[in-house]
Amino acid sequence: MTRPSNPENEAACIRRILAGEKRLFHELIRPCERPIYFLLLSLLRNEAEAEDAAQETVIKVYRNLHLFRGDSQFRTWVLSIARNEGLGRLRKNDNRREDSLDALTDGESGDFTPAVLTSWREIPAEALEREELGALLRKAIEGLPAIYRNVVLLRDIEEMDGRETAAALGITEGAVKVRLHRARALLQRELTPKLKRFAPKGRKLFGWAR
Amino acid sequence: MRIDCKHVWEHISAYIDGEVDAELRAEIDKHLETCEICCAVLDSTRNVVVLLADNRVFELPAGFSARLHERLDEELALREGS
Ligand SMILES: [Zn+2]
Repeated sequence: MTRPSNPENEAACIRRILAGEKRLFHELIRPCERPIYFLLLSLLRNEAEAEDAAQETVIKVYRNLHLFRGDSQFRTWVLSIARNEGLGRLRKNDNRREDSLDALTDGESGDFTPAVLTSWREIPAEALEREELGALLRKAIEGLPAIYRNVVLLRDIEEMDGRETAAALGITEGAVKVRLHRARALLQRELTPKLKRFAPKGRKLFGWAR
Repeated sequence: MRIDCKHVWEHISAYIDGEVDAELRAEIDKHLETCEICCAVLDSTRNVVVLLADNRVFELPAGFSARLHERLDEELALREGS
């Protein structure tokens, strides 16, 4: 979870950095590290390359800090730089084109109906102590088409709002909503049959065991 | 007019985010009172969304932050020298 820092503090911090207190940049960029990395991982699908691109992004943010106008959130501006870095690398890498952002549009094609169930027993967050549950969720996210993966990553994993997600990805808020809806439907369908076994045992089962 | 299940599914994501208007929300709530399928679809979808927001699902690689700030230090030193 990344919380946007107070915009006033942010603006003051940027002024001080530009005035010569360079080391403050470490603190300015810290809240952006997670979304930068995971947006790039989503685009590039390779941990080493995402890390390298994240470092490159942060250096670019530092070098171009004087260009930040403050008409958007700082994090939004940073993420658009990260996105450009990621897209630039994808373009250079021809063999990944089939998964590029242009490969899929928001057409009506595709089945986005959820898995139909008659009951659901909640999986509590404590179940994440089991590494296999996290692995299952990550695998489902990785399996999503790129345009849905990016949106679900920023909206549901980094918990950014629709407006900031739209600005960071360079799409409309309407497109964010459509893609998020589809991504969640695809994830629900993929995950619910597999998640069931992580539900805590119910009282009935206790009774049976005795 | 009673809305059907498919209609509810179309708005599930917006419903979870509190982005449906009052009238539609009331219709969906009324449908949910008597439809166990839509309740289960809603609960399971919401459950997935809640789990994904947990920072344990996606963690930065070990040492990521240290390496990043080290690289940044090099950059800061470089600019000071010039
Ligand atoms: Zn229904």
